[in-house]
Amino acid sequence: MSTNKVIHALYNDDDVLMDAVKTVKESNHHIEEVFTPFPVHGLDKLLGLPHTRLAICAFLYGLCGLAFATWMTNYMMIEDWPQDIGGKPNFAWIYNMPAFVPIMFELTVFFAAHLMVITFYMRSRLWPFKEAENPDPRTTDDIFLMEVSVDDNEEELTALLNTTNAVEIKVIEKH
Amino acid sequence: MSSHYEAPIREPLVLGEKSYHDITMDIVKPIEGKANKNWYIAFGIALVAFMWGVGCILYTIGTGIGVWGLNKNIGWAWDITNFVWWVGIGHAGTLISAVLLLFRQKWRMAINRSAEAMTIFAVFQAGLFPLIHMGRPWNGYWVLPIPNQFGSLWVNFNSPLLWDVFAISTYLSVSLVFWWTGLLPDFAMIRDRAVKPFQKKIYALLSFGWSGRAKDWQRFEEVSLVLAGLATPLVLSVHTIVSMDFATSINPGWHSTIFPPYFVAGAIFSGFAMVQTLLGIMRKVSNLENYITRLHVEYMNIVIIVTGGIVAVAYASEFFIAWYTGSPYENYTYMSVGAATGPYGWAFWSLILFNIAIPQLLWITKVRRSFIWSFIISIAINIGMWFERFDIIAIVLSKGHLPSTWTRFEPTFVDVGVFVGTIGFFFVLFLLYARTFPVIAQAEVKTIMKSSGQHYKQLRDGKNEH
Repeated sequence: MSTNKVIHALYNDDDVLMDAVKTVKESNHHIEEVFTPFPVHGLDKLLGLPHTRLAICAFLYGLCGLAFATWMTNYMMIEDWPQDIGGKPNFAWIYNMPAFVPIMFELTVFFAAHLMVITFYMRSRLWPFKEAENPDPRTTDDIFLMEVSVDDNEEELTALLNTTNAVEIKVIEKH
Repeated sequence: MSSHYEAPIREPLVLGEKSYHDITMDIVKPIEGKANKNWYIAFGIALVAFMWGVGCILYTIGTGIGVWGLNKNIGWAWDITNFVWWVGIGHAGTLISAVLLLFRQKWRMAINRSAEAMTIFAVFQAGLFPLIHMGRPWNGYWVLPIPNQFGSLWVNFNSPLLWDVFAISTYLSVSLVFWWTGLLPDFAMIRDRAVKPFQKKIYALLSFGWSGRAKDWQRFEEVSLVLAGLATPLVLSVHTIVSMDFATSINPGWHSTIFPPYFVAGAIFSGFAMVQTLLGIMRKVSNLENYITRLHVEYMNIVIIVTGGIVAVAYASEFFIAWYTGSPYENYTYMSVGAATGPYGWAFWSLILFNIAIPQLLWITKVRRSFIWSFIISIAINIGMWFERFDIIAIVLSKGHLPSTWTRFEPTFVDVGVFVGTIGFFFVLFLLYARTFPVIAQAEVKTIMKSSGQHYKQLRDGKNEH
């Protein structure tokens, strides 16, 4: 058993890669990962990746921002220290609310945008001093790399990948 | 491939026979190569201007803002003019990357990176002015809603000036993360090519370890889309709120309900003009002629005509309403017969000439598709939009309600110095950016190669035209 073995199949075209992914999927092999230099449309669906929920996160973060702005304006302008500013109503938040709309809007956007991006960075493990994990430096230039796990079927898999117009096929021992 | 089909009638967005690797090479060339003499000359000039500005700012802070030309009637003068001018310029970047993304305009990909860089650098300059105008910038943090004992209590959330603090800081920070997220794959590309260890380390740090997995790209695209959706109303809100600095006051000439849409249109107008100015130079200097084409220039010029048209109609409406009120006071607002014939007539007519008359040349197809004409007209618009803000501030304030308070504003060398200094600072940042950052979103451009690249279009159409 050599379960740590993977095969790296390298392609130089996105359409060829898509066809290869289809072929490998159809013959029921497990694709560990695909590294591409740019977003290839439809690849995530083909790989069967579940849809990302980051947009839902952003919506919830936006609600937090809105709630925070509401609380902040109410606490500072109405509860803690009401002042007469140009005769604007300072006894109830709802009457003073029109003046707070810009703040509420900005904080909604601020929270939604920043927290979503932070969530994205955390989930995709992106931060300063993080080591890159693409196995071949060319995958950020013009090479598309498909990593297929080997399960005692190295020869069969290599033969299959050879039919998919790969420019390079490498068997790698992963540690 | 049928999935890459695009109507043959559409002009290609990327010229020449480019492979994916060719795009990489074109983008990294200015970064891996050496700067030429022109770059050093331009950088030297910008640095000197910046240093002069730093000197003038230090003099202002050391002595007080009495060294400026403003007075008790014209309390907002050059500084706020410059502030609004820079914020306006900072509008095109996020507009290009956000609004045009939502509308799926592929031509944005060649220009969005530099436009966003311009946005961020311009907002830096804008932020300097209110800070210096405070006189005691070390107290700048008083605009933040923090618990305090120094008697100013909480900040005033009823004030448009405070809305500005929130709007501009949100805009700056969101634009920055939007820009940076888009930069990650491109930094990773430079990192993976770098041979010098120091360069590799720096780009590895900047790229946050981007690896380009299928899942990363899925999230990347979702994040870009949602950020675009958030940034679109954000862009519009920022200049709306800047206009409220004026519109919520009770000065005739400022107290105007059309200010928000009119300011937003003016901001996009001036922002696109600055993009034309910068990219007009950059496409030559960085050899990006195949990416920033006549078509891109024409599209930007169309945006300029539309937004310039909105601005012109707003001027006409302001002028008409001022006259129609029959109020003698309205005859001294910035759009009035009084302004056109008064002591600031030269500023009034500069505005009309640079902002309304000259941009009309863009109706002519030949002018609209000409690099040199677009460049000249964009400079005119930059000047015109500065005069717009100067007119709104200085002309309106120069003739207050009491004739005994009527006065004039004369800028001092410090006013001019600080302004020139911010232009220098802006170009210092932009020139450094042009040498160290991937100036075109290469990962995105690669996605449109098969649909909009000239070579692929010709292959698909089965003929060799051009």
